[in-house]
Amino acid sequence: MSKTLIQAQNLTMRFGGVVANKDVSFTVKQDSITALIGPNGAGKTTVFNCVTGFYRATSGTITFSGAGGEVEIGQLLDKPLLGGSHLAARAGVARTFQNIRLFREMSVAENLLVAQHRAVNRNLVAGILGTRAYRRAEATAVENAYHWLRELGLESDANRLAGQLPYGRQRRLEIARAMCTSPRVICLDEPAAGLNPSETADLAELIKRLRSAHGVTVMVIEHDMGLVMNISDHVVVLDHGQVIASGTPNSVAANPAVVAAYLGAPEEVAV
Amino acid sequence: MIMSIQVDRAPIVRATLDALTVFVLALIVLGPISGVVLDGFGFQGHPLRPLALALVVAAGRFLMTAALSTGAGAFFVGRFNAATASSVKIMAPQRALRTPWVLALVALGALVPFLADKYWLSVATLALIYVLLGLGLNIVVGLAGLLDLGFVAFYAVGAYFLAIGAEHFGIGFWSALALAPLLAAICGAVLAFPVLRMHGDYLAIVTLGFGEIIRLVLINAVDVTGGPNGLPAPEPTLLGIEFGRVAKQGGVPLHELLGLGYSPNGKYLFLYGVLFCVVLAAVHVVTRLRVMPLGRTWEALREDEIACRSLGINHVMVKLSAFMLSASFGGLAGVFFATQQGFVSPTSFTFLESVLVLSIVVLGGLGSTVGVVLAAIVLTLLPELLRDFAEFRTLVFGALMVVMMLWRPRGLIRPARPAFSPSRTEVAK
Repeated sequence: MSKTLIQAQNLTMRFGGVVANKDVSFTVKQDSITALIGPNGAGKTTVFNCVTGFYRATSGTITFSGAGGEVEIGQLLDKPLLGGSHLAARAGVARTFQNIRLFREMSVAENLLVAQHRAVNRNLVAGILGTRAYRRAEATAVENAYHWLRELGLESDANRLAGQLPYGRQRRLEIARAMCTSPRVICLDEPAAGLNPSETADLAELIKRLRSAHGVTVMVIEHDMGLVMNISDHVVVLDHGQVIASGTPNSVAANPAVVAAYLGAPEEVAV
Repeated sequence: MIMSIQVDRAPIVRATLDALTVFVLALIVLGPISGVVLDGFGFQGHPLRPLALALVVAAGRFLMTAALSTGAGAFFVGRFNAATASSVKIMAPQRALRTPWVLALVALGALVPFLADKYWLSVATLALIYVLLGLGLNIVVGLAGLLDLGFVAFYAVGAYFLAIGAEHFGIGFWSALALAPLLAAICGAVLAFPVLRMHGDYLAIVTLGFGEIIRLVLINAVDVTGGPNGLPAPEPTLLGIEFGRVAKQGGVPLHELLGLGYSPNGKYLFLYGVLFCVVLAAVHVVTRLRVMPLGRTWEALREDEIACRSLGINHVMVKLSAFMLSASFGGLAGVFFATQQGFVSPTSFTFLESVLVLSIVVLGGLGSTVGVVLAAIVLTLLPELLRDFAEFRTLVFGALMVVMMLWRPRGLIRPARPAFSPSRTEVAK
């Protein structure tokens, strides 16, 4: 419980003259649910993009204890020729996107099969000849895909086009797809956006189940404070690209700096 | 359109009204063309001619509307509209392949050598070469979603590999058949590696440039490629036995070995046979690829590159594999082309050729194997059938494109997605 999974130190991200993140430091404990909150434009998604290897932070380090030992996410991106964000995913960081990014013209099952590309037999000749080893690997992958479809209540949609699913189901499919990469940590970027209250309640249960039943650490960006207070063990609050508070949900909610960031401070109103 | 507006009327009334409208339109269109004939400096009126033509058109329209309002016609219209309106479909789980259709097509292809004379045999060979090219380009454009306007470069690489290899290194048809795909794949990798970080239009421009560079090299490297004069390509052999009337270097030609009379068609029949087998294998490979992890990854990359990266897919390597595999198909087709022509020159590998292959892929339906095969056959047969109207060829071609874009904007055949079901049936619903 107390082992550190992700350790971000003095993360700074500049886009030209715009400083999106400045000296952001936080830790994510293994098997925890960590929420990243803050007003719009606070730099939450930028932090996510750095952690999942989509951005190379201008300075600072992100240490991730992946399946193959400790890695620094930034160094994965700097590798010559073969470096790139896919290495972060291979180390065990999965993510979903704020605006859903499914393979819309592929079936739901195929979406999950693509995610398992590392587990299946990718040998071209074996695939063309349809050898036994190839078919076995494919069958296992299909089984695993159905496992996650059942887990997220999408089984009846397995052979529909992903783009034709209702919005809430698309969100769940994206989580299922991320889980199919067998990650150590899953980063959910506003998973409750656009969901109705009952769907949000289901999502809270799902996130808790991901942690308890599947042993995955969860990092989540969310604006729905009810959800954040309900599920998270640890909350990091960002404002103007800087960490202004972190701790348990209750301590953060009581923190005057957080209240000021969200509601505006009385003294600022007076000025 | 007219049909859908007047749904309340009886079919016969509707057919009559349609026929009348078409009759008037035909008179307006055909009147000046066929009714007025220049005679010296004056002209003669032939009012009966356009009238007769318009009557034929109106009768045709009447029959068509009447036929489409019967049960069978309504069924046909329904199917056509369904195919046009809906987007990608997913096959029913474990549905049988359209075996009868495939078998009929294969049988037809196998029968061609027995039915066709030398001219039609060469047309059929050309059609199969374009099938091969279409299948290759379909990998990059249809599956991986990367617009490649320089595909003809790999075609040229294959063809020139045979010609140059035969001249300098003694490479024959069979060794070229094995090596040209590899060489073309390497060329594909060389082209792809620096450009794979580009998207869409930029990639199209770079590939277009690559195609032109290869063509200009072929024209200007006179010492190696023979420049605009081209190079001869060697004749194919079977186990080292030649097809000519008299074998070179004192060997025995095939027809003497078999005790048959000499036929100048032998070489082409043989080439067609080999090509037919290669195309069958290529169709099998491409069909398998669509349900294999690699093909799935290509399509996923076409759908969303960022999502692919978030799943740990190395997008550069995946694009590279698509480019290399597609290029090797092009190289293979090039060897057949050079052998069939017996001669290669840069004029065979112009940008228009790339466009033709691209339109095969687009017409057939991006990503659809059957569609590409059909489109390749149609687009090579059509110019041959329309030889009498040679000056209108591009007009017909353009009209075909417009009609396609109106009714089948996603190509002749919409590829259906494979369905998956779990092996343990008790947990399925």
